[in-house]
Amino acid sequence: MKSSVIIFPGSNCDRDMDVALKKFGFENQMVWHNDAKIPKCDLIVLPGGFSYGDYLRCGSIAGKSRIIKSVIDFANSGGLVLGICNGFQILTETGLLPGILQQNKYLNFICKNVFVKIKNKENKYFKKIDKDVLELHIAHNEGNYFCSNDELKSIEDNGQIAVTYCDHKGNEDEKNNPNGALKNIAGIFNKDKNILGMMPHPERMIDPFLSGEDGSLFFNNLIESL
Amino acid sequence: MRVKVIVTLKNGVLDPQGKAIQQTLNGMTFDNVSEVRQGKYFDIDVNESDENKAKSQVEEMCKKLLANLVIEDYKIL
Repeated sequence: MKSSVIIFPGSNCDRDMDVALKKFGFENQMVWHNDAKIPKCDLIVLPGGFSYGDYLRCGSIAGKSRIIKSVIDFANSGGLVLGICNGFQILTETGLLPGILQQNKYLNFICKNVFVKIKNKENKYFKKIDKDVLELHIAHNEGNYFCSNDELKSIEDNGQIAVTYCDHKGNEDEKNNPNGALKNIAGIFNKDKNILGMMPHPERMIDPFLSGEDGSLFFNNLIESL
Repeated sequence: MRVKVIVTLKNGVLDPQGKAIQQTLNGMTFDNVSEVRQGKYFDIDVNESDENKAKSQVEEMCKKLLANLVIEDYKIL
């Protein structure tokens, strides 16, 4: 299986993602944001970081970069597109995913492990993961998911909520909402579930000696599903 | 010509920075400040002498990049 990780000026999780994808069997290639086309692949990843220094709004400038047109074409043809953290912000700014990631409610940069509940397993990203709650890492200043009431109803009706912040038992309450996100939303799909954007970083949880292994479950499932 | 644009958060959208500024002002004895909403201001020089054409181009810019219409409104001054 082939994957492409796109590097924007200011991406800083691109190499971690490269390591993670290769560890679980992907043949990964790095693609520069100013390239015109993405090489043939089965998965495109928009990595975390601070593309263009988060100028204007997080992900807004990257969302207009040259490579994005081919990301949109790939996504619209059913290809898998995964956006982590800043990648999630870029996906909302391109319009591939609904809503927006606003500044965290309490104005602080959050860098810690959190638990997230998998809300929908009828998709390639979570299909064969046995657990319902994963421990993953977040590191962001703008992770406060927001959308209009109509949009929220539509994403709920279509099963587009992918993961929500919760405690280790899966309780999705305000206490376990680190950034003020609407309905504790940590990640969402598009309607067809081929595009996933989420704030937590699975690529940081792939080594039992350094962090944890719930990210391994994510990547193992991903390569098996493809 | 130069076109000026203001981008503001829509009513009802949480503005934690505005809130922090309001609380700070209250703490500085400006205790009659009941709300602050923070926005963005742009000066855009367009190589176009026709004011209407320039403004309509800037309007496109607002819709496509300068404002995110999920949470923001724009106003061309």
